Amino acid sequence: MDLELSATERAFRNEVRAWLAAHVPAESLPSMDTAEGFEAHRAWEAELAADRWSVVSWPEQYGGREASLVEWVLFEEEYYRAGAPGRVSQNGIFLLAPVLFEHGTAEQCARYLPPMATGERIWAQCWSEPGSGSDLASLRSTATRVSTGSRNGRGWLLNGQKTWSSRAAYAQMGFGLFRSDPRAERHHGLTYFLFPLDAEGVTVRPIAQLDGEAGFAEVFFDDVFVPDEDVLGGVGDGWRVAMSTAGNERGLSLRSPGRFCAAADRLVELYASGASTSSSGAAAGDRVADAWIRAQAYRLYTWGTVTTLAAGGDIGAAGSVNKVFWSELDVDVHETALDLLGAEGELVSRWTDGHLFSLAGPIYAGTNEIQRTIVAERILGLPKEPRPTEVRG
Amino acid sequence: MRFQLTEDQRDFENALDDLLAASNTVAAARAWTEGDHALGLGIWKRLTDLGVNGLLAEGGSLVDLVVAHEALGRHLAVGPWIEVAALSSPYPERVTAGDLLTVAAPGAGFALDADVAELVEGDVGAQLESVDATRRVFATHGRFMGDADVAALACAAQLLGAGERVLADTVTYVQQRQQFGRPIGSFQAVKHRLADVRIALDFARPLIYGAALSVSTDSTTGARDVSAAKAFTAGAGWQAARAALQLHGAVGYTQELDLGLWILRIRALVSAWGTPAFHRQRILQSLVGGRA
Repeated sequence: MDLELSATERAFRNEVRAWLAAHVPAESLPSMDTAEGFEAHRAWEAELAADRWSVVSWPEQYGGREASLVEWVLFEEEYYRAGAPGRVSQNGIFLLAPVLFEHGTAEQCARYLPPMATGERIWAQCWSEPGSGSDLASLRSTATRVSTGSRNGRGWLLNGQKTWSSRAAYAQMGFGLFRSDPRAERHHGLTYFLFPLDAEGVTVRPIAQLDGEAGFAEVFFDDVFVPDEDVLGGVGDGWRVAMSTAGNERGLSLRSPGRFCAAADRLVELYASGASTSSSGAAAGDRVADAWIRAQAYRLYTWGTVTTLAAGGDIGAAGSVNKVFWSELDVDVHETALDLLGAEGELVSRWTDGHLFSLAGPIYAGTNEIQRTIVAERILGLPKEPRPTEVRG
Repeated sequence: MRFQLTEDQRDFENALDDLLAASNTVAAARAWTEGDHALGLGIWKRLTDLGVNGLLAEGGSLVDLVVAHEALGRHLAVGPWIEVAALSSPYPERVTAGDLLTVAAPGAGFALDADVAELVEGDVGAQLESVDATRRVFATHGRFMGDADVAALACAAQLLGAGERVLADTVTYVQQRQQFGRPIGSFQAVKHRLADVRIALDFARPLIYGAALSVSTDSTTGARDVSAAKAFTAGAGWQAARAALQLHGAVGYTQELDLGLWILRIRALVSAWGTPAFHRQRILQSLVGGRA
């Protein structure tokens, strides 16, 4: 057992560090959930991509460096330590791309991955519906088969409504699940589609989040035509395909330890700078220490996960363990900082921005209640909740 | 980069688990509380033969040590295990030979098992009473000697093992216990509480292994990493104990059920070898020094 980096890995880390030091903007960019900030973040993605730093773990043909998992984690640590901008392309590169690699055709990969890597096309996830959140398998938006005689040849017509689609207010593309077999129930008969958000029949209504910015949107579908070549994976196989993204979102890929270690380090700096008021008292020190400890725990846990994955293992339901931990850590780090700031904790700052952002964590990517149920049933082996069919029956 | 136990370490862990599971450690612990040391000393001897005592003195790693202590905690082993680990450096031959040695933790006015073990520093005074009756403690004014970080790390590993044990026992119990016509383990309030314990213990283990590696490599951050492991695992272990007690209900609150032995062991180990507050303070001191 060891935590030693190889010479190659250390060299990779140094290269990342040097590049970031030379390129990370001194001034933070405007919020990516404004029109101006969205474009500024896309420009940053293009800058990353120009030197092949936007998708380091991807194959070279799509703009990556074929970085190992260890190198990817090192990249992320350096990225957050450098205070680099948030990734406006994250839903595409972390949620959709792994599914394209696993289930997509060569043609789909060639068509969609390069413009995703450069930030030319930003993707939004269209999963939740007004009546289908935690119970995603109850979704009702439909895909209806159309063949000869329709506008663009063989394909599907999408109808219905999706919601809470992050980045959809400004994104160019969407991916989502639709019910393609009207007779099938729940996770059967669903199909995974890719579509442009400016297609005829798509209406995007931005929704202001807690911070007032249009971080997500409702998306309405009114006879939106999608050709066969934009079905991802098999027709009717959408649930299985989608669950491979759920694992990506919950587990390792989206929430790299670098983010929490950097936040904990900033918290320690805030405490050390004397921002701690007398009202926050000695207990504040305990909370700062706890936040730092938990960030270290997350970092080390991730190296364990990396070891498992590198050996060809599967993390399975452990992604749910991970998700509960990082999302609650993120909230606690920021709340500790706000308390250290005393009365000024009310004033909008990087800490309040980070705090509002953190509050979404326990909700998205499967609420923490859903995750705890998964941990209890699939890891501890406790009896399952009564299922909806049993309730109805 | 390979942050997982090796095959050898897993084999060692399994051998220890098998030996301890076959040794009736609970009967030994109950007898030990009465000063009847025969069963406990028999287990001590078997573990000595397996090489547990001499791990550090014989060149084993701290990772091996925490693997062993997790098993000791899981099985409620009695005797001055943490103390002999701390004394491995000043008394390598005696520790390896299986001698029972003990020492008071820094700042503690008492030492474990000073009737059956030799106190290496100070005089043995009156017997005191630990909340965990299987920990027989005796007043002493001797100073500490040995390696307190090794002791704190071993203590954290025992807390992890004990936490894992009460979680496993509780998971079994809530599937057997029926109320309202269902196993209580099918209720979400019960499930979520146990899920939180699973999550806490899953994040304690890497802190312990990580600290074992950083102390082993003489890293300047070693002491801080030990503190992180002890502070966090004390919280996780006690969280496991509270959940176990609560979900067993009244029967968990009895001396008859063995569960109580682990609950009280965990509570005692939370206080031993540096309280969570002590270790958090040490971390802060290391991170911010005189700045805050």
